[in-house]
Amino acid sequence: MGIRYFTFNDVLYLLDATKWTLLLSVIAFAGGGIVGALITLARISRIRALRWFAMSYVEVLQGTPLLMQLFLWFFLLTLFVPVKLPATLVAAMALTLNASSFVTEIWRGSIEAIPRTQWEAAASIGMSRFEQIKHIIAPQAVRIALAPTVGLLVIVIKGTSLTALIGFVELTRAGQLVSGVTFEPLRTFSFVAAIYLCLCWPLSAVSQRIERRLHVGRTPERGA
Amino acid sequence: MTYVFQFGEVFRYWHWLQEGVAVTLTFAIVAMILSVVVGTFGALARRSRHRALQVASRIYVEIIRNTPFLVQLFILFFGLPAVGIRLGANLAALTGLVLYNGAFATEIIRSGIQAVHRSQIEAGLSIGMSRAQVFIYVVIRPALEKVYPALSSQFVLLMLATSVISAIGVDELTSFAGHIQTTNFRSIEVYVVCICIYLILTLILRSGTRALGAWLFAYRRRSKLAHLR
Repeated sequence: MGIRYFTFNDVLYLLDATKWTLLLSVIAFAGGGIVGALITLARISRIRALRWFAMSYVEVLQGTPLLMQLFLWFFLLTLFVPVKLPATLVAAMALTLNASSFVTEIWRGSIEAIPRTQWEAAASIGMSRFEQIKHIIAPQAVRIALAPTVGLLVIVIKGTSLTALIGFVELTRAGQLVSGVTFEPLRTFSFVAAIYLCLCWPLSAVSQRIERRLHVGRTPERGA
Repeated sequence: MTYVFQFGEVFRYWHWLQEGVAVTLTFAIVAMILSVVVGTFGALARRSRHRALQVASRIYVEIIRNTPFLVQLFILFFGLPAVGIRLGANLAALTGLVLYNGAFATEIIRSGIQAVHRSQIEAGLSIGMSRAQVFIYVVIRPALEKVYPALSSQFVLLMLATSVISAIGVDELTSFAGHIQTTNFRSIEVYVVCICIYLILTLILRSGTRALGAWLFAYRRRSKLAHLR
């Protein structure tokens, strides 16, 4: 195949690759939510060792580049797992763990924003620790956590682009392939960027709207 | 299967790692300084009276924040030569980092400027300060001080983001990890060591920016008017 023009087929190819970006994002977000919930529980646990573990978990995942984490998982899994794992699995795992650290930070912050007295009040009417979280703390924390959690989805989607560098064919890697055969990198990558923008901008807007709406009545200039 | 870890093989290339760290830090520091400048102008444009400037700043921030940094780099490095703008890898990387981080800095600094109350500006003007003086001493300086913690954590994120510029061939820490790994095939050891280096850099930058902040804003505590704040 020689050099050819950037055609409608390339557009279709890029749009097709977008589904891998979306799939990876959904897996990482859902997985990150589940793992993140567990780590959050560890983070607010009354057992010191668990708290310490959750803290270092977040510290390591947020204090190192996602790209490095991807490379390390890639080599670890190819070396130590006897069966050949699909790149999807490696990418999904690395992104899930990375997302879980963000989730933990967001949810911990939201829980800590709930006044201490709410815990005490719940405890004083005889609720167990689990009941306190389930009935009193979590419903309030969810409201605070909603906007940043939606915002996290944007971070996750953007993060999937780095899997292109370990050879996973999603939107960015597809862009590299298309620009390789068409020699039209500007048009190709602008189109790729436009697709990302279409995915992320609405999410950012929703996140901002939720944030504004939930703060109505709390901000002095509006409430007073 | 047994795998024997040989970290010694990594440390034989210690000089490469050192060079990588130096390049990573240089990019991070230079890009941070420049992006605070970009962010200040971005924030001012956002609050300007000219609608066109407001819209331009808004569009800049939204486009940059809603697309991956890697794709932005590809546009700068592979895309721009198509229209005759040929940046080298280093310049493309620096431009990319500044544009990317500048968008986040714009939002951070904007929130700082917003927190300066109108009455303070009026007070400044009423005691005879010029508009420029009010701008420097009443608006920008307190605004930057207020958002200093946010800018510091953005600095760490920027340092971590520099790993992505290895994708366009800039020789920083992540690239050197790749070079070492293709030379001695000790991939896991190399990446473990480099992840540790990044973690240490993060911790150093965090405490470093805290110390810098304490030194920069020490006059606030020394000030005789401190009790009025």
